[in-house]
Amino acid sequence: MVLLDIDRAGRAFGSGHLRVVALDDVSLRVSVGEFVAVMGPSGSGKSTLLRLAGGLDRPTSGRVLLAGRDLAGLDEAGLAQALRRQIGFIFQETNLLASLTATENVALALELDGVRPKAAMAGARGLLDSLGLAAIGSRFPGQLSGGEQQRVTIARAVAGGRSLLLADEPTGALDAITGESVMGLLRQRCAAGCAVVLATHNVRHAAWADRVMFLTDGRLAGETGPPAGPECLLGTGQAR
Amino acid sequence: MSVRHSLLAVLSAGPMHGYGLKTEFEAATGDVWPLNVGQVYTTLGRLERDELVTAEADADGQKVYQITEAGRDELARWFETPVPRQMIPRQEVAIKLVFAMRSGVADVAAVVQRQRVATVRALQDVTRLKAAAESSGDLAWLMMLDALVFQAEAEARWLDMCEARLARENTAAGTARRQPEIPAGQAAERSSQWSS
Repeated sequence: MVLLDIDRAGRAFGSGHLRVVALDDVSLRVSVGEFVAVMGPSGSGKSTLLRLAGGLDRPTSGRVLLAGRDLAGLDEAGLAQALRRQIGFIFQETNLLASLTATENVALALELDGVRPKAAMAGARGLLDSLGLAAIGSRFPGQLSGGEQQRVTIARAVAGGRSLLLADEPTGALDAITGESVMGLLRQRCAAGCAVVLATHNVRHAAWADRVMFLTDGRLAGETGPPAGPECLLGTGQAR
Repeated sequence: MSVRHSLLAVLSAGPMHGYGLKTEFEAATGDVWPLNVGQVYTTLGRLERDELVTAEADADGQKVYQITEAGRDELARWFETPVPRQMIPRQEVAIKLVFAMRSGVADVAAVVQRQRVATVRALQDVTRLKAAAESSGDLAWLMMLDALVFQAEAEARWLDMCEARLARENTAAGTARRQPEIPAGQAAERSSQWSS
């Protein structure tokens, strides 16, 4: 089932000779359980694409559909609700509230969805537990490593059963092994039925995805397509 | 590495003697991959047999080689096909890019992009193996997979760099066309900014 359908979307800023096209006729369909990575140099349109996917910005041409609904057809309140219920955002900066514990940070997202505080805390504990983070639930962000903070951010982003995760350079500040563990966690969320769109410069992290798209100057320049079997890789190198 | 295709790329610019081909190849690749002259003639013999080049004696009785239409098609196919990762690819890819640039018969940015898609696809495959291996606890196997991951990453990042250089070159060419007269002082300032 297609969850996110970006259909020939374009985004231009300014007008006349100052017009800058950040995104030009880009289409992307992401199904439930699918992990798509978007790569490209700075200014290639990765973040613009993610902002359109998340309804934080509107396309100047084309459409963005979330679970079949055109985001342009929603009023501000409807959009805000659709986004909060369905989409989780993860950025390089974790933006955790310093005065709340890890569990409370996750619980807050559930409370904003209307869950009562006690149930929200229980839900947050269960979620952290399922992500292998139970041990750090009572710590404050300042007492967590960068990787732990990022994992709590992912927990917060998926809290309440959000079905689409949009991650913009979430591993930028992390070392190699910690970055991998964050990718492993995103993969795990896909297995649990989430869809993930990751914008990154890091090709090792992009390789965790089912598909990798390459953007250049706001246009789709290539795509790796569906996965081939691993047997194509090892021990079968054919001679020229 | 593909001496065969590299020689075709050199010949795409015009007919040449065997020894000239050796010299051109080595100059194009900065003498990083020296060829022995026997290898050049063996390869030319095979190219001639496969009708990808023709050979005619010049006034001194020296063979002059010329690329055929079939040779041009073969060369185009080489540029259009990414190098599979298992073929010790870094040098093969580097050689392909060098000749794509120098021969002028290929869309270099497209060669870079096709190769990157192939390289990242291979990287996805190893990453899948790695994700499966993480739970096995076989550390040696994991490290082996890490080696493949980092080699492919190096190639992908190098291809990113190639793309950035091509883009900068295009931008610079576009700017030069729009602003034909840059005062000498400013031009020097601009070039030193890049070279420093």
